[in-house]
Amino acid sequence: MLYAILCYHDEDVVGSWSREQDAAVMEKLAVVQDKLVKQGRLGPVARLLPTTAATTLRKENPPVVIDGPYAETKEQLLGFYLVDCNNLDDALGVARKLGEANPGGAYEIRPVGVFMPGSAKGSTEGSVKA
Amino acid sequence: MTDTAWIDAALTSARPQAVGALLRYFRDLDTAEEAFQNASLRALKSWPQNGPPRDPAAWLIMVGRNVAIDDIRRSRKQQPLPEDDAISDLDDAEEEIAERLDGSHYRDDILRLLFICCHPDLPATQQIALALRIVSGLTVKQIARAFLVTEAAMEQRITRAKASVAKADVPFETPGAVERSERLSSVAAMIYLIFNEGYSASGDTAELRAPLSEEAIRLARLLLRLFQGEPEIMGLMALLLLQHARAAARFDADGALVLLDDQDRSLWNQNMIAEGLALIDKAMRHRRSGPYQIQAAIAALHARAAKPEDTDWTQIDLLYGALEVMQPSPVVTLNRSVAVSKARGAEAALAMIEPLGERLSNYFHYFGVRGAYLMQLGRNEEARVAFDRAIALANTSAEAAHIRMHLDRLMRDSQQQAGKATK
Repeated sequence: MLYAILCYHDEDVVGSWSREQDAAVMEKLAVVQDKLVKQGRLGPVARLLPTTAATTLRKENPPVVIDGPYAETKEQLLGFYLVDCNNLDDALGVARKLGEANPGGAYEIRPVGVFMPGSAKGSTEGSVKA
Repeated sequence: MTDTAWIDAALTSARPQAVGALLRYFRDLDTAEEAFQNASLRALKSWPQNGPPRDPAAWLIMVGRNVAIDDIRRSRKQQPLPEDDAISDLDDAEEEIAERLDGSHYRDDILRLLFICCHPDLPATQQIALALRIVSGLTVKQIARAFLVTEAAMEQRITRAKASVAKADVPFETPGAVERSERLSSVAAMIYLIFNEGYSASGDTAELRAPLSEEAIRLARLLLRLFQGEPEIMGLMALLLLQHARAAARFDADGALVLLDDQDRSLWNQNMIAEGLALIDKAMRHRRSGPYQIQAAIAALHARAAKPEDTDWTQIDLLYGALEVMQPSPVVTLNRSVAVSKARGAEAALAMIEPLGERLSNYFHYFGVRGAYLMQLGRNEEARVAFDRAIALANTSAEAAHIRMHLDRLMRDSQQQAGKATK
C-alpha cells in the first residue's frame, strides 16, 4: 500500500538553520531515501518552498485568491514522501527512520487512495515574464 | 544537529515575537531584552527535561514577564523569588496568553520592534546595529565583527542608539492603517540597508559580512509572513533572494569581485532563484508596482539568463525607465545606462550619463562606467582620465583592482597601435 508521509515543522526553525546544518540534514535524509529507492519503495518526494511563496485559491463563487498558505498553523506543511509500505507499522518505521535523520516537528502518515504518477518533468524553475 | 541546537533555533525564531511583546508590556527596551534573556536561560534548563513547549514564544513571554516582575518586586521589597518549578509549570498560563495575544497583536509587536530601530534620528549604521542586536539577537561581538570595529566601539554605538530611542516617543497603541504602512516601508528600507551592508562587502571583509545578508533575508521573511498580501514586501524578499543567489559566484579565489558577465552561473543558488521568481510572480498579480518589485524583476531577468548574452537588456532598460519615474536618482539612471549600452550601444549610453557628471562627481561607479563606454568608443585618452578618477574614488581595493585591469588593457592597446605605427 502506498502511504503519504506529510512533513510538518516550524518553518521559522527550519529557516534559521545555517547552510551547513541544512546540508547535514539533507545528507542524512538521503541515506534513508537511498535505501528505500534500492528496495523500489520510494515514490515522489518534494520539499516545498516556504509558505511565504504560497497562494491559496478559495473555491467560493467566484473563487477568491489569497496570498499565503491555506492554514495559518504553528507548524507548516513543508514537504512529503510517497512510500510503498506493507502496513501502518511499516510506514511508521519509515517515518521513524526519517525522523532520526531530521528531528523536530511531526509526520502525518496517510494512506493514499488514488495515485497517478503524472508526467511532470520536474523543473523547479519559475516562468516569470517580467 | 546537537541536542541544544534545536533550542537555539527555537529561541532565535521566537525572539522577535517575544521581545516585541515584552517591549509592549514593559515599554522599555533594556527591561524587555533582559526579560527575554532570563527567559532564555530558563528555557535552556527546562526544555531539555520537559521537551519544547507547544508555543515557545508564548512560553518565553510568560516566563520573561514573570521573572522581570519578580525582579522589580524583589528590588522594591526584597521579596523571595518563587521556586523555578512553580514558574516552569506553564500549561494553563500558556493557553491563556496565547488566546489573549492573537495573531494581529503579535504582528504589531514585531513591526513596532523593527520600527523603533529605524527611528529617523538614528544614522543608518546605528539603525542596523540596533536591529541586529535587538531583533536578530546577534551578540555585540558578532555585530562588531561584521562592521570591522572593536567590541567596545560597537557596544557604545548600540548604547547610544538605545538612548536616542528611549528619548524618542514610540507610540505603543495599535497603529492605524496609514501609520502601519508607513512603518512597513521604513522597516523594509532598513532591511535592505542591512542586506547591502553584507552584499557590498568584498575581499577579506566579504566572509565576515555575509551573515548580514542572510540576517536581512530572515527579517524580510519575518515581515512577509506578517504581511502576506503586500506586493512590495514580496518584491523586497524576491530582490534579496535573487541577489543573494549569486553570492558564491561573486568573488574569485583571491576575494576579487567577479562581474555579472564573468560569473560562473552554475554556482548560482537555484533554490533561492526559484523562490525569488515565485514571489515576483505572486507580487505582479496585485498590479501595484513599486521600486522593490521592479528591482526584483531586473534581478530576475539576470537570474533567468543561462548565459550573459541571453540577458534581455531591452526589457531591463524598460524596467529601469519605470524605476526612474518612481525613484528619480542619478544612480538609477547610471544603472539604466548599462542596459542601454548593451541594447543600443555605448554612444547612447554615454549620452544618457553625460548630464549626471556634476551630481556624481565623487561617485566611483560613474567614472568606472563612463571610462568603459569611452573605451568601447575608442576614445582612449578620455577613458584613461575617467579610469584614473575612478581609482582615486575607489572604496575598496577590489574596486581599484578592477579599474586597473581596464587601464592595463588601454595601455596594451595603445602600445600595439604604437607598434603598428612604427612598422
